[in-house]
Amino acid sequence: MGRPGSRLVSSGSIRWSWVKLLSGMVGKGLLPCFTFSRQQNVIYLLLEVIISSWLLFHSQGIIERDETPMEKEIARLHRVDFEFSDIFYFCRKGFEAIVEDEVTQRFSSEELVSWNLLTRTNVNFHYISLRLSVVWGIGVIVRYCFLLPLRFTLAAIGITSMIVGTTMVGQLPNSSVKNYLSEVVHLTCSRILVRALSGTIHYHNKENKPQKGGICVANHTSPIDAIILTNDGCYAMVGQVHGGLMGVIQRAAVKACPHVWFERSEMKDRLLVTKRLREHVADKSKLPILIFPEGTCINNTSVMMFKKGSFEIGGTIYPVAIKYDPQFGDAFWNSSKYNIVSYLLRIMTSWAIVCNVWYMPPMVRKEGEDAVQFANRVRSAIARQGGLTELPWDGGLKRAKVKDTFKEEQQKNYSKMLVRNGSVGSLSTGTESD
Amino acid sequence: MEKVNRSRDKQKGKKDTTAEVFSHSQITRLYSRFTSLDKGENGTLSREDFQRIPELAINPLGDRIINAFFPEGEDQVNFRGFMRTLAHFRPIEDNEKSKDQNGPEPLNSRSNKLHFAFRLYDLDKDDKISRDELLQVLEKVDVEQKMSIRFLH
Repeated sequence: MGRPGSRLVSSGSIRWSWVKLLSGMVGKGLLPCFTFSRQQNVIYLLLEVIISSWLLFHSQGIIERDETPMEKEIARLHRVDFEFSDIFYFCRKGFEAIVEDEVTQRFSSEELVSWNLLTRTNVNFHYISLRLSVVWGIGVIVRYCFLLPLRFTLAAIGITSMIVGTTMVGQLPNSSVKNYLSEVVHLTCSRILVRALSGTIHYHNKENKPQKGGICVANHTSPIDAIILTNDGCYAMVGQVHGGLMGVIQRAAVKACPHVWFERSEMKDRLLVTKRLREHVADKSKLPILIFPEGTCINNTSVMMFKKGSFEIGGTIYPVAIKYDPQFGDAFWNSSKYNIVSYLLRIMTSWAIVCNVWYMPPMVRKEGEDAVQFANRVRSAIARQGGLTELPWDGGLKRAKVKDTFKEEQQKNYSKMLVRNGSVGSLSTGTESD
Repeated sequence: MEKVNRSRDKQKGKKDTTAEVFSHSQITRLYSRFTSLDKGENGTLSREDFQRIPELAINPLGDRIINAFFPEGEDQVNFRGFMRTLAHFRPIEDNEKSKDQNGPEPLNSRSNKLHFAFRLYDLDKDDKISRDELLQVLEKVDVEQKMSIRFLH
């Protein structure tokens, strides 16, 4: 009853496959750093065909779950009233949750079916052969001694040019020239930074790209998401003001183009936030706002509850789905386990960041639809497009506990079942005697 | 360091009859689940670690299920105890029925499963379900609604 991954690797014929894989990984990691032209697509396509056709990818739970809802399950056990055996249903559901639950697994990195030669994904694989360890060792040397310094240099160049460029553009008076120049600066620096991470990004449906005066909404996996999106267009960022290097970048960027930065104290005041965002959206000459409604990083296997705040602002929503390919590197930021510096180090020592970005047709709130329903509609569309599962759970459960109201709801549902089964009899006797 | 502990635990697992019930890959999976639940990283789980699972927290019997893991008066459960309790839920295989009539009954036998369910009701552990214990169970299922009659007019 083991997972496919554990019986995947056997000695012998895999030797050539691993060499192929390694060279493919190295190639994928190096090429973006050097090529600045668009002709790279053909090379990437070839590499991907070789690698992806060999690598299977599907996710499988560790237990077989029975998804029949409570009503059907309990009705199957008996017909009339409360019976002792009702406990079996709740008991089993509880134990299924203990062994494997839908929510907590989204807050840690996805498990891979087959190993991609990175120690960090080596959770369930054990020592297999000397050959494989040697191949892995070569991989480590390539990644840490070769790719890492290269990427680090590029990142340094990118950040410095971003700060210098935006400060210089910020000195100009407001005009169309300034907007054009700021766009050029932002795009160039984004592209350098994406190269620094060895990013290969495929943009689909570019005709649906977010327009000015709209709100761009995407699923959130890591801080890199913003760079991935700005690689292809300019957005106005929304977020908290940070200290340190991040704060310097934020202050410089806001001089060149109107991003929306909030002080930490202001973030608590929802009305203020909504008001400022509404003002920004109302001005049709301003860039589209980029918002991540999940509020926290999720591991890119599912989309969790969208907070309704972004959907109350009004305006057109442009949904975007981002899906990373986990074989080349794990983009998820587990903020409870790693801080931002070690996260960036891990990203820069992966093979590459490969992802697909789908731009989707704009959506507006329908008549009689409230913000929550609208948010759910947008979320379903994004999940469907990106091939992610949809969970109604709140991403905030990463740190907070479940509210008791949800438990009471379960209790209510069960008691409704009992009442329905019991009261049918009592009502009919009542009316007969009348 | 963690790898050394893991292999030592697996060695222990091989000698324990409970662990013979699970296959090697199942034990590995359960161990990685155990470590991911163990936020304090001290090799044991406390009640808070279980309550962090949202689907368990909304289960009306969540607290009793959590209590089933902790033996008398203890607040921590180690991996062996964790596996022992979960072993009750293994499906009954056909080939096991006729195997060992003389040896101890496997944890996932029919009568042991019923025993486990009985213990969920029996709070004071006196091997009897008293009227009060039954009322307590029904308390969890919102009896107010059940005992009220709604008039149609």
